[in-house]
Amino acid sequence: MDFDLSEEQRLLKESIDRLMRDRYGFEQRKVYARQPDGWSRELWRQYADLGLLGLPFDPQYGGFGGGPVETMILMEAFGKALVLDPYFATVILAGGCIRIAGSEAQKTALLPKIAEGKLLGAFAHSERDSRYDLADVQTTARKDGAGWVLDGEKTVVIHGDCADKLIVSARVSGGPRDEDGIGLFVVDGKAAGVSRKGYPTQDSLRAADIALKGVKIAAGDVLGEPGKAYAHIERVAQSAIASLCAEAVGGMQEMLDITVEYLKTRQQFGVPIGSFQALQHRAVDMLVATEQARSMAMFAAMMIDEKDPVERSKAISACKVHIGKSARYVGQQSIQLHGAIGMTQEYKVGHYFIRSTMIEMLFGDTDHHLAALAKAGGLIAPASAA
Amino acid sequence: MDLRFTPEEIALRDEVRAFCKTAQPESIRRKLILGQHLAREDYVTWQRILDAKGWGAPHWPREWGGKGWSAVQLYIFNEELQRAPALLPDLHNTGQVGPVIIAFGTEKQKRRFLPRIRNLDYWFCQGFSEPGAGSDLASLKTSAVRDGDDYVVNGEKTWTTYAHMADWMFALVRTDPTAKKQKGISYLLIDLKTPGVTIRPIITMGGVHRINEVFLDNVRVPVENRIGEDNRGWEYAKYLMGNSRTNVVRLGLARAHVERAKQLATHVMVNGTPLSENERFREKLAAVEIELKAIEITIMRIVAERMKNPGYQQDPKSSILKLKASELHQIATEILLEVAGPLAMPAQPEFLELETDLSIGPGWAASAAPTYFMNRSWTIAGGSSEIQRNIIAKRILGL
Ligand SMILES: Cc1cc2nc3c(=O)[nH]c(=O)nc-3n(C[C@H](O)[C@H](O)[C@H](O)COP(=O)(O)OP(=O)(O)OC[C@H]3O[C@@H](n4cnc5c(N)ncnc54)[C@H](O)[C@@H]3O)c2cc1C
Repeated sequence: MDFDLSEEQRLLKESIDRLMRDRYGFEQRKVYARQPDGWSRELWRQYADLGLLGLPFDPQYGGFGGGPVETMILMEAFGKALVLDPYFATVILAGGCIRIAGSEAQKTALLPKIAEGKLLGAFAHSERDSRYDLADVQTTARKDGAGWVLDGEKTVVIHGDCADKLIVSARVSGGPRDEDGIGLFVVDGKAAGVSRKGYPTQDSLRAADIALKGVKIAAGDVLGEPGKAYAHIERVAQSAIASLCAEAVGGMQEMLDITVEYLKTRQQFGVPIGSFQALQHRAVDMLVATEQARSMAMFAAMMIDEKDPVERSKAISACKVHIGKSARYVGQQSIQLHGAIGMTQEYKVGHYFIRSTMIEMLFGDTDHHLAALAKAGGLIAPASAA
Repeated sequence: MDLRFTPEEIALRDEVRAFCKTAQPESIRRKLILGQHLAREDYVTWQRILDAKGWGAPHWPREWGGKGWSAVQLYIFNEELQRAPALLPDLHNTGQVGPVIIAFGTEKQKRRFLPRIRNLDYWFCQGFSEPGAGSDLASLKTSAVRDGDDYVVNGEKTWTTYAHMADWMFALVRTDPTAKKQKGISYLLIDLKTPGVTIRPIITMGGVHRINEVFLDNVRVPVENRIGEDNRGWEYAKYLMGNSRTNVVRLGLARAHVERAKQLATHVMVNGTPLSENERFREKLAAVEIELKAIEITIMRIVAERMKNPGYQQDPKSSILKLKASELHQIATEILLEVAGPLAMPAQPEFLELETDLSIGPGWAASAAPTYFMNRSWTIAGGSSEIQRNIIAKRILGL
């Protein structure tokens, strides 16, 4: 058992923290949000220079060769800074699909470009009625000579508006919610038949609804075996959840810190409001929730590489449930303890609250994962009969 | 970073697990599983088995018969005993008075008391609380007045766990009524056979006798049984509070309750299907299991941090553990009670006291309600949850 970061990880953390401190203050963030893409291309190049865009990729694909702990470190820092960039969409999701499902040729062609900052990606998976069911794919892929033709509609594709390449899931065979029969396809964002409608999300990030009409795909742009993509999608979703957990913990810590600071400075009845025990105890419960969530973010990072698929998926569900509940608690209390100022768009804390609310809806909410974990038998095995 | 145990840590875990299986008398194990009450001999028997193995007080230094184990080793040891289930070395003895004697006692006190505490020749109870001094412990009034080589002690201690089984009491008493309240307190070891000591049972919900009132009427305590210096007892008592909280967490017990609830739920039928298949029940359990997993990792994080600064110390983070783990203890017994349902309704103290072998309904259900009632104490005793929150607010958040 060892909770220490390695020397390399420590250096990574320092350089990311420094970058965020210097370049991602709350006021700077407002400037980035007003740029055409809703984030900063200039900063994106810096991420590339620092090796962050290839963090989870193997060095042979131009990557940093980092594991889940490195991603955790980065995402926590991004969570603290409320980063707007398409990192999650490009590196974690699209990069994850290619890394996990792609052939040697596909990895060689695409991952180095992502790492260099020359390719943006998005994962076009969710659909109007799919909600949190990863197998609910109605978009179709029809065989067409050696290639495929895609038809369907994808919705709330995170950073789908600016992506150069979309990783699209589509049904090759089977019924609408079958795990079997799903394929993953690499689609150029500007391909004929692709139309995108971009919009901001509540948390000032961007997303797109994407229509696919007779989009032609070359045989070489299928990731993995067509029809057998479900297991890959599941793994991508799991690493997405692990990274969201870390991001949420960064946000929770920040909400806690901002709130405690406010309790010490805001005066009412002639004293700092932090002298009221009712508020002190609420702040303590926020701290406990944050520390517990941090433990679960570590657990998620550890379980991402677990070989046993059942244990892995149970653990990841457990983490998402915990993070969902605790981030909701910390978020709501941080607004409450601020009073009216917490409600304003000017003030920082609300932005964290909004982001953590959105995180709960990504890749399965609390109820969804609690039901999944319960169905799978929970984390603890029953005692042997005695 | 690696949250898994090392091969050496796993080897220790397996050793403790195997030892509990073979060395623990079946009669004790059975009582623990059924929630029946243990007799004094049960505690003593098991403590001596542990001590013979060298595990009577593994967190003590080697010099005094301990193993000098690290916080992680100790954590593994404790968890395994709880999961067996087996009794842990008693909290008040090897956990509290022992370390205080090691840190502040004289050589003579160490030689006299430590080996006897380790094998429960001397069983100590904790005489801190008084009718007027609970959370505000420093307001305690029991007085000790010097008379030659003795103190003459007068007052009343209360809520004293196992005073009726104990031989000795470690007590906080007021030796300087004029000083500021924390400054006038001394730490005495009182032989409970001394004339003037009267112990009366306090019966708690469900008819359980575990705690007592202890009346002290002109009790003569030799000055040589004072720990450390006069009027510095508060420091000594505080020294072990922050420190003992990681040990009081006893998460393995909550975990064992959940394991047991899951197993029993396969035998309880709801509308013709086992309760264990019920969706609501499963989700409720899963939610508790998630919290348990989180606190398990939080504990290990705090334990690992402590490893970097060995030795006893106060750590306000241990209050986080006390706060969270005590709630989980309560929830785990709540769930066991819900599994038992109406089977928990018959009151059967005779069965729990082993005055009869026969239970009304299944034996496992007999203790469900009394255990749930008793476990309400988790968030009250040893520093209530509200007091833990005060500590965290002040010492961690700086409020
Ligand atoms: C089963 C059991 C076993 C025990 N065993 C022992 C033992 O062996 N030896 C021993 O010495 N003692 C023992 N105790 C006593 C225990 O330590 C006290 O119960 C505890 O310190 C609380 O004191 P109190 O009961 O007087 O409650 P009080 O201090 O009167 O508290 C009453 C309520 O007020 C709250 N409160 C008090 N102060 C504050 C504050 N500043 N801010 C907010 N809320 C506050 C408390 O949290 C609680 O909810 C035992 C208690 C129990 C229940």
